[in-house]
Amino acid sequence: MTALTAVLIRDMRIAVRVGGGALMGVLFFLVVVTLVPFALGPDLALLKRIGPAVLWLAALLASLLALDRLFSADHDDGSLDLILMGRAPLELVIAMKGLAHWLTTGLPLIVAAPLIGLLLDLDAPAEAALALTLLAGTPALTFIGLIGAAIAVTLRRGGLLLAVLVLPLTVPVLIFGVAAANAAIAGPVPFGTPFTILCALTLASLVVGPFAAAAALRQEME
Amino acid sequence: MSFGATAHLDFIAAAYASAVIIVGALIAWVTLDYRAQKNTLSDLDKRGIKRRPAPARPEAAAPKAKEEV
Amino acid sequence: MAVIDLANPSRFLSVADRTIPWLSGVTVLVFAFGIDQTMIAPDDYQQGATVKIMFLHVPSAWLGMLAWGVMTVAALGTLVWRHPLADVAAKAAAPIGAAFTLLCLVTGSLWGRPMWGTYWVWDARLTSELVLFLLYLGVIALWRTVDDPSRAARAAAIFTLVGAIDLPIIKFSVDWWNTLHQGSSIFRAGGSTIDPSILIPLFIMAAAFTLLFATLQLAAMRNEILRRRVRTLRLLQASAAT
Repeated sequence: MTALTAVLIRDMRIAVRVGGGALMGVLFFLVVVTLVPFALGPDLALLKRIGPAVLWLAALLASLLALDRLFSADHDDGSLDLILMGRAPLELVIAMKGLAHWLTTGLPLIVAAPLIGLLLDLDAPAEAALALTLLAGTPALTFIGLIGAAIAVTLRRGGLLLAVLVLPLTVPVLIFGVAAANAAIAGPVPFGTPFTILCALTLASLVVGPFAAAAALRQEME
Repeated sequence: MSFGATAHLDFIAAAYASAVIIVGALIAWVTLDYRAQKNTLSDLDKRGIKRRPAPARPEAAAPKAKEEV
Repeated sequence: MAVIDLANPSRFLSVADRTIPWLSGVTVLVFAFGIDQTMIAPDDYQQGATVKIMFLHVPSAWLGMLAWGVMTVAALGTLVWRHPLADVAAKAAAPIGAAFTLLCLVTGSLWGRPMWGTYWVWDARLTSELVLFLLYLGVIALWRTVDDPSRAARAAAIFTLVGAIDLPIIKFSVDWWNTLHQGSSIFRAGGSTIDPSILIPLFIMAAAFTLLFATLQLAAMRNEILRRRVRTLRLLQASAAT
């Protein structure tokens, strides 16, 4: 087993455990979606129209939750130092951690979203489009989040700073994710147009995220 | 059983199926957890790790603890 | 043997070992009788055969609330009387209550689609029931996040007591607010408005579900006591190794 595989499996195991991000993220997702009708009123037609947007927002916030401990947990117990001193390229190790985060946080969200979409009266084509856009977009949320998590690693109460740093960077993903979902339901714009841009954003983040995060970690840990 | 509205049969069936699944999952969880705990306990028992019976008086426990260390 | 004797975990284990087998047998029998009665129950003149979903939906709603009630009493046991088995009872009841609440939401949703045209609507009763489901998930997460069992128990107990406010909200939601959900038709002043030919099978199914809850609760409590023993042994093992 290579070092990278070991990192991947280790991170996944930690995430699935008590207090890890995996199921807590889905629970938070459900809670946020439940809050929306309390704020907006139970008008089902309105909720149906903004459904994809609400689900995307909730997925974004839920994805953010588990990022907080991604690097700071390793920093606390010293394994981050070992990772930095190891022979595996830091960028790849970070990419593996990102992959673990997406598998344990992003994937459950994608699975839960159609069920929770029922609460917002989304019909089958809307659910399918939403799930597809989340599948394409949640990796971007994770890998952009890596950057903020790396910058905030040495801060004790870095959680809110992490959110402030990461959320503006995720705005393009949010825009095109919701646009693609809405395009499939209503839009004059064909689904493919925003969707391909969304995919491009994800692919770009898969590269930029680890490199930026690695640079940040090297700066912080000197 | 009278089928007043057979068009809705699939919803009725789905409801009963969901009951079977959820109740079945509960029963499975309780049963599997029981077996797991029993196995772990017998495993620990084989390795000779026993619970000390609760000491009758605190003074009895202190010298006993010193002996076992 | 007084109930207080059950406070001893070992004694509880032996009582549980003797009770669970026959209790599960009785549960199966009552379910068999109940299902049989629901099959031969007449169709509703408005809803047709779809009313048969009620025989699942209503008992699971009651049990979902009963479980939180059990947790509330257990919470008082933990905080006020420090009863040793109160923690165990509270932790055991949470997943069971969550499952029944989920069943209530799912069956209600499948009933609503043909009847109201939608799987979900944000009216007072459905929303408060969904909130109860979220409360269950929250307390389960709380139990699993705090390592030390007694600290977890106290935290969960406080959360349970606060969350209990949801139970009267659910019950009276159809009275206090304008809801799509049907109003109270079983437990109301002036008696039930449901015909006995449907009400009786409903009560039989409710009894079956309650017996199911009792069986599962005893079994889950037994598992939890065993789990704590494992934990104690492992801690002993770890300290002996040092």
